Amino acid sequence: MDTPATYLSWNFILISVPNLLMIAGMIVVFVVALLAPFPSHGEVAEPEDGHDA
Amino acid sequence: MREASPKPQAEPSNWTRSIRRLLARNLPLKHLLPDRQPVYVGSWVYVFGVVAIAGLIWVIASGVVLAFFGPQWWHEDGVGRFVNSLHLWSVQVFFIFMVLHLWGQYFMAGWRDGRAPTWMVGVVIFAFSIVAAFTGFISQQNFDGEWIAVNAKDATNAAGIGSFFNVLNFGQMYGLHIVLLPMLVVTLIGVHLMLVRMHGVVRPIDRKQPAQPSAEERPS
Repeated sequence: MDTPATYLSWNFILISVPNLLMIAGMIVVFVVALLAPFPSHGEVAEPEDGHDA
Repeated sequence: MREASPKPQAEPSNWTRSIRRLLARNLPLKHLLPDRQPVYVGSWVYVFGVVAIAGLIWVIASGVVLAFFGPQWWHEDGVGRFVNSLHLWSVQVFFIFMVLHLWGQYFMAGWRDGRAPTWMVGVVIFAFSIVAAFTGFISQQNFDGEWIAVNAKDATNAAGIGSFFNVLNFGQMYGLHIVLLPMLVVTLIGVHLMLVRMHGVVRPIDRKQPAQPSAEERPS
């Protein structure tokens, strides 16, 4: 816990491994949210009165 | 000779009546508490914003407990350390899902069809949340907090704001962290949610806008 994190460097980019893993995890969650089916209860409606929802 | 009946006169205007009409026109209850959503809202991408709010509720609840018992408790007591960790991890949830919400709204161009104020208020919430988290890091009352504050002092001095935003002044930073910034963030989130309910959820880019009702059909 008290030891410094490992850093990766490439050209001018310097990032710690924990931060890189966090960003990668967020991208994975974002892609999964786009692709995973959402449970439906059949309670859907088309927009009405020019109001979307 | 009979006199003609007087014409019905318009009600005199006042602030209360104007505000009531404004709210009834822009925020009817069926938009404020909708029980049906368009089919395209059935996606996990639309869940990110509410998860961020759930994280914020945990942030505030754990923060209230920390403020009540104080620094010695949150550093030395077992339960105190747990609540302190809960505060930190709920902040992580809040920020991670706020950024995922931002990504989702950016790629679906969430500012379309009159929603620019909703987008801009969201940007301001993000900015103030960063300041709130920063003042929290320097309010820890440990060497980590002192290290961050001393380094940040150079940055705030260089930016020209060090004289009235003094990161080495614990009282100022703690006051901002537990009172002013949370009030600001919560108030702005309330405005953000009202704007979302007033304008509705933005439709996908490839979906056409439904026909607007004509002036005769539109309720007055």
